[in-house]
Amino acid sequence: MALIELDKVSKVYRMGDVEVHALREVSFTVEERDFVAVMGSSGSGKSTLMNIIGCLDRPTGGTYRLDGTEVSRLDRRQLAGVRNKTLGFVFQSFNLLSRTSALENVELPLLYGGVPARERHRRASEALGRVGLADRVHHRSNEMSGGQQQRVAVARALVTRPRLILADEPTGNLDSRTTVEIMVLFQELATAGITILLVTHEPDVAAYASRVVVMRDGRVRTDERQLARRAIDDLAATASPDDEPQEASV
Amino acid sequence: MIPFETFRVALRALLRNKMRSFLTVLGIIIGVGAVIAMVAIGEGAKAQVEASFASMGSNLLIVLPGSTQSSGTRGGFGTMPTLTWDDLAAIRREAPAVRYAAVQLRSNAQIMSDDQNWATSVSGTSPEYFLIRSWKAARGRSLLDSDVDASAKVVVLGQTVVDKLYGALDPVGQTVRIKNIPFEVVGVMEKKGQSPMGQDYDDCAFVPQTTFQTKIQGGLQKFISGTIFIGATSTDSTARAETQVTDLLRDRHHLDSAAEDDFSIRNLTEMANAQADGMRTLTTLLASIAGVSLLVGGIGIMNIMLVSVTERTREIGVRMAVGATPLNILLQFLVEALTLAVAGGLVGVALGIFTAGRLAAKFGWPTLVRPDIVVISVCFSGLVGVVFGLYPARKASQLDPIDALRYE
Repeated sequence: MALIELDKVSKVYRMGDVEVHALREVSFTVEERDFVAVMGSSGSGKSTLMNIIGCLDRPTGGTYRLDGTEVSRLDRRQLAGVRNKTLGFVFQSFNLLSRTSALENVELPLLYGGVPARERHRRASEALGRVGLADRVHHRSNEMSGGQQQRVAVARALVTRPRLILADEPTGNLDSRTTVEIMVLFQELATAGITILLVTHEPDVAAYASRVVVMRDGRVRTDERQLARRAIDDLAATASPDDEPQEASV
Repeated sequence: MIPFETFRVALRALLRNKMRSFLTVLGIIIGVGAVIAMVAIGEGAKAQVEASFASMGSNLLIVLPGSTQSSGTRGGFGTMPTLTWDDLAAIRREAPAVRYAAVQLRSNAQIMSDDQNWATSVSGTSPEYFLIRSWKAARGRSLLDSDVDASAKVVVLGQTVVDKLYGALDPVGQTVRIKNIPFEVVGVMEKKGQSPMGQDYDDCAFVPQTTFQTKIQGGLQKFISGTIFIGATSTDSTARAETQVTDLLRDRHHLDSAAEDDFSIRNLTEMANAQADGMRTLTTLLASIAGVSLLVGGIGIMNIMLVSVTERTREIGVRMAVGATPLNILLQFLVEALTLAVAGGLVGVALGIFTAGRLAAKFGWPTLVRPDIVVISVCFSGLVGVVFGLYPARKASQLDPIDALRYE
């Protein structure tokens, strides 16, 4: 059974008298452990697709099954539960709580999941270790670099042991070296069995995925599997951060 | 989410903007402080009035004889003796709401000790008088029935008289002279303080009524040349006692329904109640005005919570994305408003108690901080927090996660 099953999903916004068709009967499935990149220009419907898959929004037509559950008809409270248990989010602008330590940021989903304090602490520390920030646990978000903040965000996404991580332009605010570092992380997670859906408009970033879906005008334009580029090799090839910006690396 | 965590998050959010939080709760602080101080002052004033009336005597009625009337000139009450000893006996016997009745025959006289003298009010009375006024001897003893029966030449002094005649010495057993007649000092009454009008209760001396009649004031033996003090059976029965005594005396004095009373009854309990009522009205008024400022404080909280929700729209979006339900968000902001309001309430209580204390010290008022008012004002400020926090909190919880995440 596929993890994500979209069947003729539509989304129509009303803007005054005008109807905007953000999604037009999109049908597609994502198997577990897949690493999918969704590409498309702005207005192509890729963000709407992400929002619906991420249970932040509900389709106006069609059905969406996540892990076998029909989630398109759940209410706000139930959707919050699905987001908490099954999904992890990584955003372009990191979206960490400001002036809050890395540890507390990562603990946040567990807090809403009702995990006891001790367990929360242990799992959050573990997740931060996994993204290579074991020594930054008590740093506040505003004391960290963009790359570090995005790592905290990844740790926050994976701390609940989700089935699916949704990344919306996760490298949009990062330089090319940190971009590769984050992609290494995503590939590791995919290998570890977490399904990853990544929205990007950069072909260089999409190259690390094993499947690329291109959206246009609310429809899936192309949907192709590819041999993913290994981010870890690119990272080894790049110079250390002290050197010149890494034009050739990606 | 665990309540404690919600509270912790709220507290941190508030401490992040210390100045703003402080200014926000200032309204509540002033409101609660004002309520507590005003009520404390009002209660203090009421207690003072009550205490001074209580020192007159509990459940007290005073019967004054009538007035003289000669060629159109009417004297005041007490100028004509109309009350008889038989009236007193009848009151004791026939008015069920009356517990004690005693006379107070009064005369100003010079009291002389061996080396000092002092003009004071000398009263002739019986032991019931002290029961009515709930007045005990501080040293020695009070008057006894046997003193009255034997017309004993004994005197009980008020504290002021003792101070003037003997200073710090113990006067019990000493002899004083009143109208040149030697009296033995058998006791000193405990200190009573001042009447509501500022008269010194302790500037007095008491002798048995029989001795008073024969040695200090001659004259008519049938009439009481003074007043009758009556103690009713309870506070509630003073009005009944007043009616009973009035009916009884009118009947005994053969007054027809058209005639005016030839005596007058003062109901001290009613006077005290009327005073206390006035004070209570004042207290309520002051507290209501102060309460309005609490409401204004609530509006301040609502205002700042709305600002806070707007400022933290993204944070709300993030929290929703990672699994916060609308209820989680609602509670978070509600707890924040509640924390603000209750913290303000508690600081206000401290401020109120402090202010009440300072005012009391400055004006020499007694102040009573009523625990129930303290609890009520803290609860009320909490309620204000919830009521005025509900709208912003609801607004936050109804935000669309997508819009919230995109909010700049």
